Parts: sequence; C-alpha cells; structure tokens
Amino acid sequence: MMNTDYILHLADNALILGQRNSEWCGHGPVLEQDIAITNISLDLIGQARSFYQYAAELLGATEDKLAYLRDVRDFKNCLLCELPNGDWAQTILRQFFFSSYQYILYQQMVEWPDERLAAIAEKSLKEVTYHVRWSSEWVIRLGDGTEESQARMLKAIDYLWSFTGELFTPASYETTTLNKQPWQQRVEDIFTEATLPLPGNVWMQTGGKEGRHTEHLGYILVEMQYMQRAYPDCEW
Amino acid sequence: MDIKIIKYYYGDIPEDKGAGGNGDNSASKEFWPLWEVFIRSKQGIDHKHVGSLHAADAKMAIENARDVYTRRMEGVSIWVVESKYIHASNPDEAASFYEPANDKVYRHPTFYDLPDELTHM
Amino acid sequence: MSVQELEKLFQSKIDQEIKIEPKDWMPDAYRKTLIRQISQHAHSEIVGMLPEGNWITRAPSLKRKAILLAKVQDEAGHGLYLYSAAETLGTTREQTINDLHSGKAKYSSIFNYPTLTWADMGAIGWLVDGAAILNQVMLCRTSYGPYARAMVRICKEESFHQRQGFDILLTLSKGTEAQRAMCQDAINRWWWPSLMMFGPHDSESTHSEQSTLWKIKRMSNDELRQKFVDMIAEQVKILGMTLPDDKLKWNEARNHYDFGEIDWNEFWNVVKGNGPCNKQRLDARRKAWNDGAWVREAAMVHAEKRKMRSEKQIA
Repeated sequence: MMNTDYILHLADNALILGQRNSEWCGHGPVLEQDIAITNISLDLIGQARSFYQYAAELLGATEDKLAYLRDVRDFKNCLLCELPNGDWAQTILRQFFFSSYQYILYQQMVEWPDERLAAIAEKSLKEVTYHVRWSSEWVIRLGDGTEESQARMLKAIDYLWSFTGELFTPASYETTTLNKQPWQQRVEDIFTEATLPLPGNVWMQTGGKEGRHTEHLGYILVEMQYMQRAYPDCEW
Repeated sequence: MDIKIIKYYYGDIPEDKGAGGNGDNSASKEFWPLWEVFIRSKQGIDHKHVGSLHAADAKMAIENARDVYTRRMEGVSIWVVESKYIHASNPDEAASFYEPANDKVYRHPTFYDLPDELTHM
Repeated sequence: MSVQELEKLFQSKIDQEIKIEPKDWMPDAYRKTLIRQISQHAHSEIVGMLPEGNWITRAPSLKRKAILLAKVQDEAGHGLYLYSAAETLGTTREQTINDLHSGKAKYSSIFNYPTLTWADMGAIGWLVDGAAILNQVMLCRTSYGPYARAMVRICKEESFHQRQGFDILLTLSKGTEAQRAMCQDAINRWWWPSLMMFGPHDSESTHSEQSTLWKIKRMSNDELRQKFVDMIAEQVKILGMTLPDDKLKWNEARNHYDFGEIDWNEFWNVVKGNGPCNKQRLDARRKAWNDGAWVREAAMVHAEKRKMRSEKQIA
C-alpha cells in the first residue's frame, strides 16, 4: 500500500510553489520572463495534479478535495515552497534550490517499483531539467551582474539558505533518503560561477513536511481555497 | 520639389533613425537587444522565421524562444540571431511585384472557423 | 522613382492582395498607423493579463487554475508576437512601452473594468475573447505581412480561450442558485463594455477610411459589432441567461438582431482614462517595469562580461 502521506507531500510541494510563482503573472521584470515563470508555474501545477490524482484514487477522494479542503496542519510541503516571492533574485534562487532538489528526486523516482510514481517522475524530469537550467543561469546572471544584483542575491541567500536543509531531511513517512551530495555540488558549481559565496553550516528550519508551517501558508491557503470554502459542494 | 525617401531595411535600422528610437541608449544598460527566431519543427526540413524577442544573451534568447514559440513541442531546433546581424536584400522597387515567400496561409479567408454554431463551439 | 509612382505601386499591391513586407517602400502614414495599431493591440494583450491574472491564485479548482494560467500565458505570448511585428516597422520595444506608460498609447478599454467574481473569468473568455476573435480573424487578411502572420498564429491559439470562458459559464449556469446568480451578474457587467470594444460608430471613427483603403482594416466597426451581437444573442440562450438590453430583438426584415444604444459617455470617459481601473492597470505595468530595471540591467552587464571574457580568451 503506497504511502499517501508521501504522495501528498510531493503534491503539496509542487502546488504551493506553483501558486507562489503564479503570483508573478503580469508583474515580471520583462515580458519574456513573465512567460518563463508562468511556464514553470504551469509545469508545477501539472505535477501537483498528477500526484493529487494518484493520492485521491488511493484515498477515495478527488484532487480538488485534497487541494482545497485540507487546512494548514495537513499540508506537507517544505517551508521553502511557501516563502514569499520577494524580488526576482529571491524567486529565482528559491527555484534553483528547489528544482535542483527535484531533479535528484525524480531521477531516482523513475527507478522506483511504484509504476505510477515512476511515470510521473519521467514526465516531470523533462520539465525540471529545464527549470534547473533556467534558474541556474539566472543565479549566474544576477550573482555576476551588477553590484545591485549581487547585493540582492546575497540577501536572498541569507534568507533562503536555512530553509534548504529540510529538502533532504526525511519526514517520518519518507522511506528513502536522498543523497544530498549532488545537490551540494551543483550549488557549489553554480555559486562559484556566479561569484557568490557558499554559506557555511547554519541551523536549518524544518517542520513543513510534518505540518508545522510558517505563518505564510495560512494566507496562501485562504486565497487559494476561498471559492471552495465559500461555496461548498459546487461544480466549477 | 526634392523629396527624400527613407527606406528601412529589416534589421538595418540604425537606432537614432528608428521611428520610435530613444536616441542615446548607450548609457543605460536596461535595454536588451532584439533577436530573430527561426524554428524547425520535428517534421520540418528547414528553419522558418517565426518572429523576434528581446533577450540579454543567446542562452536566454533560446530559452525564451522555446517558451514563446514552441510551447513544449518536442524535438524542435531553434536558431536565434541578434537582429542587427541580419542583412536584408535590397528590393528594386521598379521590378517588384514579387511574391511573398513561404507563408501563404494568411490568404485563406476562412482559416478560422467562427464559433457560430449553437453547440459548444 | 518619384513618390507618386511609389505610392501607385504600393496601392496596386494592396489592391491585388499582395502583402506589404518590412523591406518594402510604404507611405509614412501607413507605417505610423500600423505602428500605432499593432503596438496598441500588443499593449491590450499585456494589460489584459492583469484582470484575469487577478484570479489565478483563487481559481476554484486545479483544472481551472491550470487553464487560466495557460490562457494568460498565451496572452503574454500574443503580446510578444505583436511587439515583434511592430518592431519590423522601425520602432523599438522601449519606445512602445514608454508610450504605454506615459499614457500616450492606448489599449483596449475593456481591461479597465475590474474582475469581481470567478464568473468574470467566464464572461471575459466568452464575450471579450469572442469580440477579439472577430476582429482578429478579420486582421488575418490585413495588408501588412508580419501583422497578418502574427494574427494567424494568434487565431490558432485563441481557439480555446473563448471555449473555456463559455465552459466556465455553462458550468455555473447548471449549478446552485448562487452560481447562476453569479453568472448572470457577470454577464450584466461585461456585456456593454464588450460592445464598446468595437469602437465608435463608423461615422465617428477617425482612422477608418484610410485604414480601409490600405486594407489594414477589412470590416467596419459597426459591421463587426453587429456580427458579434448576432452570435452572442444565440449563444446566451444555451446558458439560460439574458443579455442586459431590453431593446435586443430579432429583426426579420434585416436578418439581424436589433440592439440598444451604447452609453457613449461611458465609452469616451473610459477611453480618456476615467474608467474604474485605468490608473490601477497602468500603475501595475509601470511598477513591474520599474521594479524590473535592476534585473534587466544585471542581465546586460553579465552578457557583456561574458563577451569580454571570451574575447580575451581568443586573443
């Protein structure tokens, strides 16, 4: 019997980050990048739906019931996903950290015995490969750009770094551990090219995977779930 | 009467003569150059010009082209060239009732089926 | 060749349905009109992302969220195709954007109305995109090549926009009492602004005559508007809803629907900038552009650094 908590965790990660990225729509720094970030958002929401649909079948629910009717304490996304967008530096850095992690995860998942998860991973891997490349290039551009862009990147690293540990800290329902080394290596390589300093060891934030979230998630859910909560039992 | 005719050749427009040009942009680094995009689809045999976009560098131009002009079509080939490097031929007006190249699709007036029927469009 | 001969050649191309391409000689007024029209069309797509983008985070189902996101992304892409077509005429993206932000360039007034409920997403897709499609199909035959080709590409992608809007309303119309009321309310608020999308009466339209001669414009404002009314008046019956016009009535003799008079005061006010959301829309676009300045600059500086490094390596 597949671990539905784990599937929900995968779904929630993708949905919450997709939701955050979609906030940029119409407000990006240049039209072409508006398209790029909403593209990524759409990919993530697509991944979320695949996972929710799988979980829904196992739980006798629907994708929307899972996404719209669970409260904060039942969401299992990493804290990194729910953080505010901040400026472009913060957004692309968050994407870089997260997509690099997803890349490792999906690479392993395609080999798993659960055929459904393996299929989702295979499709998603293509998308995530692009997300990693896109975000890596932005880290380099902004890190090795102007004084201002580097300053903003440093600020973003400072804010986001302590949320990266959770990606590789298994939750109680996670049966496999991911190897952090390739992720660490990728970050080092890109940061070096971006002329950005690699942060040292810091205390890492955790809890999201177990439903202990930041105060941000509540507001995200209020906005996201409002229609279904205000008009229960409707078709849309 | 002496009439000056200004001919604009595609891509050859000097910045200060452009109809909307901003004069001296060299001080501001904000403006990304224009790139022309050429796509060869999976079934195609040659690259077709599809349009243009702004990007800071070639990598970004290709990624943007993928996002805008291919919508995740698999197996396409994308070429991008900075517009300023494209040189266009100089049409001799006296000779030209020339046919426009390749794209004749726009000549079909009923290309798009209007949603006139009463069902779900 | 004299200017008169060039003009004759130019007009004969148009009369023969031969497309005008960027490298061709064209009257200055033709070029200017096209730059104005194409860039305003592009601005409309971009500003149009805002009233709909408003509801992406609140879409009531995952499916609707994904569809809406895809639709808005399409609109950004359409804006891009159109800016690209405008730039073939000698203007730059920067100039067109400056004109938008300064208020000099216009965009479709419909986007100066607020999206208040989820049903507005349906109304916009069905009515606003429906109106746009009529205009766009007509423009697929416009005389300027890059503009016509951009329109063909846009029309291909536009097909699902109107469909998804109608689908949203259809679902609401079959739902609870609150949903049905929401549907009718959205239609009531978006109907007249959609009619205004076709512009002033032909008699009041300043650019029309020359644009028609140059085949930039292939059908008149009133012709398109009538076509739209005839289409929508039938489709609304499937929703079991009504259009907020007590003068709307089938006229057997004309073989068209008669309909009421537009509130031209409202029309001109919104065009002049006194609509509910004019300021808000432009502020949002200006803010996005200004906030993004450091990003664009950083990208250019980095590109230059890279170039200098690779040149050093070759040397």
